[in-house]
Amino acid sequence: MAELSVSVVSADREVWSGAAKQIVARTTEGEIGILPGHEPILGILSAGEVRITPVSGAPMVARAEDGFLSVENDTVTIVAGQAELVS
Amino acid sequence: MGAQLRVYRQKIRSAQTTKKITRAMELISASRIQKAQARMAASAPYARAVTRAVSAVATYSNVDHVLTTERENPRRAAVVVFTSDRGLAGAFSSQVIREANELRTRLEGEGKEVVNYLVGRKAVQYYAFRRRVAAKEWMGGTDQPTFETAKDIADTLVDAFIAGGESESGVDEIHIVYNRFVNLVSQTPEIVRVLPLEVVDGVDEPGANDVLPLYEFEPEVDAVLDALLPVYIESRIFNAMLQSAASEHAARQKAMKSATDNADKLIREYTRLANNARQAEITQQISEIVGGADALVSAK
Repeated sequence: MAELSVSVVSADREVWSGAAKQIVARTTEGEIGILPGHEPILGILSAGEVRITPVSGAPMVARAEDGFLSVENDTVTIVAGQAELVS
Repeated sequence: MGAQLRVYRQKIRSAQTTKKITRAMELISASRIQKAQARMAASAPYARAVTRAVSAVATYSNVDHVLTTERENPRRAAVVVFTSDRGLAGAFSSQVIREANELRTRLEGEGKEVVNYLVGRKAVQYYAFRRRVAAKEWMGGTDQPTFETAKDIADTLVDAFIAGGESESGVDEIHIVYNRFVNLVSQTPEIVRVLPLEVVDGVDEPGANDVLPLYEFEPEVDAVLDALLPVYIESRIFNAMLQSAASEHAARQKAMKSATDNADKLIREYTRLANNARQAEITQQISEIVGGADALVSAK
């Protein structure tokens, strides 16, 4: 199965990058789930959590303040001035 | 000890003390450059992602957004000058200020009023001495810039920009002047117009065959631009600050290295002169003794 290549970046460093099966984020419009093969999208994140399900290992939660999310070609970039992994 | 000799010894000692200080500063800068460069590298993914997203929105949407369209009859232009807090870094601050002055002349030639925003104590001192008014100043921490400062600067600028040149404190254009870190030996002052947007200034231009996909926007294009552009400005400002910090350390290291070399040269020269003076003194004493002895002998 195809997988998403994800990177979570904050202003001063790359917080996390790797392969994932699924991502759930909260945009200003509501929650959005992203699976491999998603159409290109550029969304503004409302303050909240982004849940990442990596290909291997336990699900993770990243906090991204005032950021946005872009999806193209199964590449997901979660960008925020301040971002961190919660668990 | 002769007066001459004492003067030379004093000069040697003072050169030695100076050398110790400059050597220490050189070493400190050398170690901080590494860290500054690492921070620049670490922030690259962010800048790349933001730039890419902004160019995607700007190319694929034909919206007339406040932030992307050039205003008719721009009246006021903001110039942000990034210098250091401390001197002893060669031409680091002065070359940026010189560049800013040229920009100011050019803008005024175009009939725009210049509003100054200053970062770094050196710029603040320069403008204060010449009684030029600055709209806002930021001092402290130019050698280790934080994202909070960048955000503060960006917020101020975006607010002023949105207010517009018609209002009391607003502006129609924003230019930044900073030292771009080329490599350890060369740092060049650079002027970038950040607003109205000139998307993708050489950071990571998508190649010809690297076509940007047709994005879906959520919520809608206008709102995305609204949210994205301040972020873009923040990232440009932060990038400028990091570049400026790395350049500052590189410039200081270079300046301090030549100061240390200079002190070495001075010490060598004065040591020669001191030796000369000492020898002259000894010779004079010997001839005095011999002369005295001769006088005693002939007096018998």
